Amino acid sequence: MTEQMTGAQALVRALENVGVDTVFGIPGGAILPAYDPLYDSTKVRHVLVRHEQGAGHAAEGYAQATGRVGVCMATSGPGATNLVTPIADAYMDSVPIVAITGQVPSAMIGTDAFQEADISGITMPITKHNFLVTNPDDIARTIAEAFHIASTGRPGPVLVDIAKDALQAQTTFSWPPQLQLPGYRPVTKPHSKQIREAARLIVESKRPVLYVGGGVHKARAAAELRRLAEMTGIPVVTTLMARGTFPDSHPQHLGMPGMHGTVAAVGALQRSDLIIALGTRFDDRVTGKLSTFAPHAKVVHADIDPAEISKNRHADVPIVGDCREVISDLIAAVQNEFDAGRRGDYEAWWKVLNHYRETYPLGYKEFDDGSLAPQYVMQRMSAIVGPDALYVAGVGQHQMWAAHFISHERPGSFINSGGAGTMGFAVPAAMGAKVGRPDTVVWAIDGDGCFQMTNQELATCTIENIPIKVAVINNGNLGMVRQWQTLFYDERYSNTNLHSHRIPDFVRLAEAYGCVGLRCDRPEDVDATIEKAMEINDVPVVVDFVVHQDAMVWPMVPPGTSNDDIKVARDMAPVWDTDD
Amino acid sequence: MSKHTLSVLVENRPGVLARVASLFSRRGFNIHSLAVGPTEHDEISRMTIVVNVEDQPLEQVTKQLNKLVNVLKIVELDPAQSVQRELMLIKVRADAESRSHVLELVQLFRARCVDVAPDAVTIEVTGTADKLDAFIRVLEPFGIKELVQSGMVAIGRGSRSITDRSLRALDRSA
Repeated sequence: MTEQMTGAQALVRALENVGVDTVFGIPGGAILPAYDPLYDSTKVRHVLVRHEQGAGHAAEGYAQATGRVGVCMATSGPGATNLVTPIADAYMDSVPIVAITGQVPSAMIGTDAFQEADISGITMPITKHNFLVTNPDDIARTIAEAFHIASTGRPGPVLVDIAKDALQAQTTFSWPPQLQLPGYRPVTKPHSKQIREAARLIVESKRPVLYVGGGVHKARAAAELRRLAEMTGIPVVTTLMARGTFPDSHPQHLGMPGMHGTVAAVGALQRSDLIIALGTRFDDRVTGKLSTFAPHAKVVHADIDPAEISKNRHADVPIVGDCREVISDLIAAVQNEFDAGRRGDYEAWWKVLNHYRETYPLGYKEFDDGSLAPQYVMQRMSAIVGPDALYVAGVGQHQMWAAHFISHERPGSFINSGGAGTMGFAVPAAMGAKVGRPDTVVWAIDGDGCFQMTNQELATCTIENIPIKVAVINNGNLGMVRQWQTLFYDERYSNTNLHSHRIPDFVRLAEAYGCVGLRCDRPEDVDATIEKAMEINDVPVVVDFVVHQDAMVWPMVPPGTSNDDIKVARDMAPVWDTDD
Repeated sequence: MSKHTLSVLVENRPGVLARVASLFSRRGFNIHSLAVGPTEHDEISRMTIVVNVEDQPLEQVTKQLNKLVNVLKIVELDPAQSVQRELMLIKVRADAESRSHVLELVQLFRARCVDVAPDAVTIEVTGTADKLDAFIRVLEPFGIKELVQSGMVAIGRGSRSITDRSLRALDRSA
């Protein structure tokens, strides 16, 4: 099939052919030729956002909610640079998005032309790959390559920068194009010898832990993980990016590890003799001071990205491969061990872990002045909204409370900015998630600081009929920073008070955007407020939960220290058994 | 720290050198020397990168380089099993009195004199880094006016070629 058309038409046709149904973006001079044929497309819906950062995060939310590649579009120069933060965010969290940007005409590249920015140069270190296209004949093939790269291997963001003259010129469109990626060969099939070695270590170990990261859900391997966990009886910890991949209600689940992890999860890793790390990267927020992390553990590390293996922590058994294939193969290999009469005995281990769990459960302090504890809001949301909703968090205290106090039961039900820690992620990402899954309830859980960075997308939500719900956990402060000032800066609150209990009025702000605005500042009103928000499905809802400013996130491993130094509250450390 | 020589085959496309160089800098690895040029295949360029790292980070450099979509193949060349060469052009003060001494050293080092002026000569010399360093040392007393040095290029000994298989990958994708 070949056809004569403009580069811009080829771009839109290629997007249709790779299966794109939604593009989030804002037009401008250099990308304008692409918006003309986009206007005619019956297959691609364009959602006009209010800021390009919103488009990028929406593409991320869409991708995480659907498993498909999210797409955002912007013009050259500032339009493109506004995408930099979401692209960096997608790179850190391995989210498949394709960003399409207009570039000044090829003859003007390098002349400091109006709205020119070297966006392929700028995004080189934060994309999986990027392209600058100046020949209209390359557009369709490049789009196909971009989607292939973004969605295969370790997923990630790909940017395609297209010069305006390439969009305007005539080309011959043919589909499918031949991909020209001789250097791109992701390994998905794990090595059988390493799998057998991992299985041997599993049955020989006394204190194993399954350390599960975001890669397990990305490989759609939650069911396989559960089988492996249940057949072996090994405890499971799920990182921030993996919350929901293994049900919180499962008796083998110890919760989230890391700086704000549960004592059971952190303690399990510290005392383990075997860590089976699946689709995870030993991030500093998980390991704490690396030299003291899990000092007695051997490590089986499976990841689709070979560069993650032994990057931070040496892997005794490295396994490169897709987590679904890895876990399936592990199940078979462990079964072989069982059939040969070799089986691990973890009873003593579970006694230790159950002791941690019972002695140091998650908890929080109520305030006796009748004000609202943010953790209580999370618990009630979890109970009333239920596990089938998507929860999309921003970054900070509210994110940690959402990770802990909402019961995450479904793979992929918790979407947040983990690696980059991008404040302002929640509202636009929730918008994208809702577009991708219109029949699912989508709650953004945001802080008052985060919310003020990207709430302009509520206008998009109202006008484009994207009825998300937003819970603003409003403590009037940059809460996580304030917490660090409380703990490490002698309670000197330099520039963390936003006064957002007074300004802006979030209820009236919501109403100005055409949303329903609700406010709740007393524990006794929480249930009724959430229920009311759940009843409104035609417009977005914003709930201003006014909470106490002194609520803190616990447990906490102080930055730069060993995970052994975890505190369950200020000046309260768990007592570890020293004899194991 | 030890020096490792990597031969990196890349697609011959605009921007590939920038991708490789920026990867080294952002991951905190030091490039000691870098040479890049075309190969016997038009579609493939070859970079010879000498990097200063311990063994462990070297594995990380190699893995990160491999993730670049335009990188086709990386081979670490063992100094004992490869030929390694640098090129240097060096302008040395040499008048009628000292010129014959300088030219004698040129002979000894199997270098070549490529330009002569009344008060200076320009010399071309190739060799390993050690040989070039030694040459600089013996010329220093005469007065070095200017010096320019290429990055190291290297190739494995024996009949095997590291480009053959990469070219086949290119053919498959074309």
